[in-house]
Amino acid sequence: MPASNADTDVEIMNSFTQPSLNSCHISSAMERNQLHRQLANMRKSLFDQGFLDEQFIQLEELQDDANPNFVEEVVTLYYRDSTRLILNIEQALDKSPLDLTKLDSLMHQFKGSSSSIGAKKVKLECTQFKEYCKAANGEGCKRTFLQVKKEYGTLKKKLEAYFQMARQVGPVETACRPK
Amino acid sequence: MTRRVSCGSEELHVLAVDDSNVDRKVIEKLLRISSCKVTAVDSGSRALQYLGLDGEKNSVGFDGLKVNLIMTDYSMPGMTGYELLKKIKQKSSALREIPVVIMSSEKVLARIDRCLEEGAEEFLMKPVKLSDVKRLKSFILRGEGDEHGKKQTQKRKLEDDPSSASSPLSSSTSSLSDDLSPSPPPSPSSTLQPLSKRNRL
Repeated sequence: MPASNADTDVEIMNSFTQPSLNSCHISSAMERNQLHRQLANMRKSLFDQGFLDEQFIQLEELQDDANPNFVEEVVTLYYRDSTRLILNIEQALDKSPLDLTKLDSLMHQFKGSSSSIGAKKVKLECTQFKEYCKAANGEGCKRTFLQVKKEYGTLKKKLEAYFQMARQVGPVETACRPK
Repeated sequence: MTRRVSCGSEELHVLAVDDSNVDRKVIEKLLRISSCKVTAVDSGSRALQYLGLDGEKNSVGFDGLKVNLIMTDYSMPGMTGYELLKKIKQKSSALREIPVVIMSSEKVLARIDRCLEEGAEEFLMKPVKLSDVKRLKSFILRGEGDEHGKKQTQKRKLEDDPSSASSPLSSSTSSLSDDLSPSPPPSPSSTLQPLSKRNRL
């Protein structure tokens, strides 16, 4: 497929959006092209900006026709487990005195699954949290946990947008629908 | 005592033990993609149950499939992977033969040493990669059948001469290697690899 300038695509696309024209076939191919590029850019920036690491690629390599949504399934499982773990950690951080062993254990689980999906920034914050646990620094733990939640939230939003886009691009469009 | 892969085919039946839902799903996929049959359980006690070690003296799982390899996470609530390893290695001789691989996200040398001493075949760093599984599989298949006696001799030889093998952590640092090819790497150190992990650290 020849590389084309995104602006040119939009220009051409705009001239073809009159619904009555027999150009549906062409505009949807161009739309698909643009969506593919957008998806590729989204994916690239997730890596470039350090949100994801090599492990995510490992998961992508396990995806095949038999299991075309494998990565998304794993990530969805990760959200489910994370929600539970984050809540448990929050509850544990509310206790006084802090049970550092329990906190470390909970965070170990969360770090583990974050690592398994390639959640790079989340994993870094988890490691920091564990350091504070080891140093018996409760305030450090609480501070870092805010960072953990922030990074988790950011990643979740980005991945949800990414998979939503992937779903749009994935199946071949048979109907011509206005954008 | 020889162990043959069922039906003479190259399909291994692996029992995967991990309390993490995410990790269990991933290891299951890694194994399936590598043409292995998988049974995944979420705890050491369930693993013992499946293996029949909690009652019946039986090396066959519930569904009648013999287990060729056990891969277990180290850090699990209740029974750790190490405790599971000890239980497997101590019970009926049939089960003692099943290779056990420990997986862990923490590279603690004392931990690795302890596991290898207790009879673990390998200590893999998490997250486990496809290349790790492929390497494991070819090692297990090579060791199947009449290799049992030879394996024992080689192990003893290595224990007598710890300097003979290359990097003892070559298996535990497998996460550094990017070899995704189906065949094991050709370097001489890797053919010793299954044995080198027995080296004293």
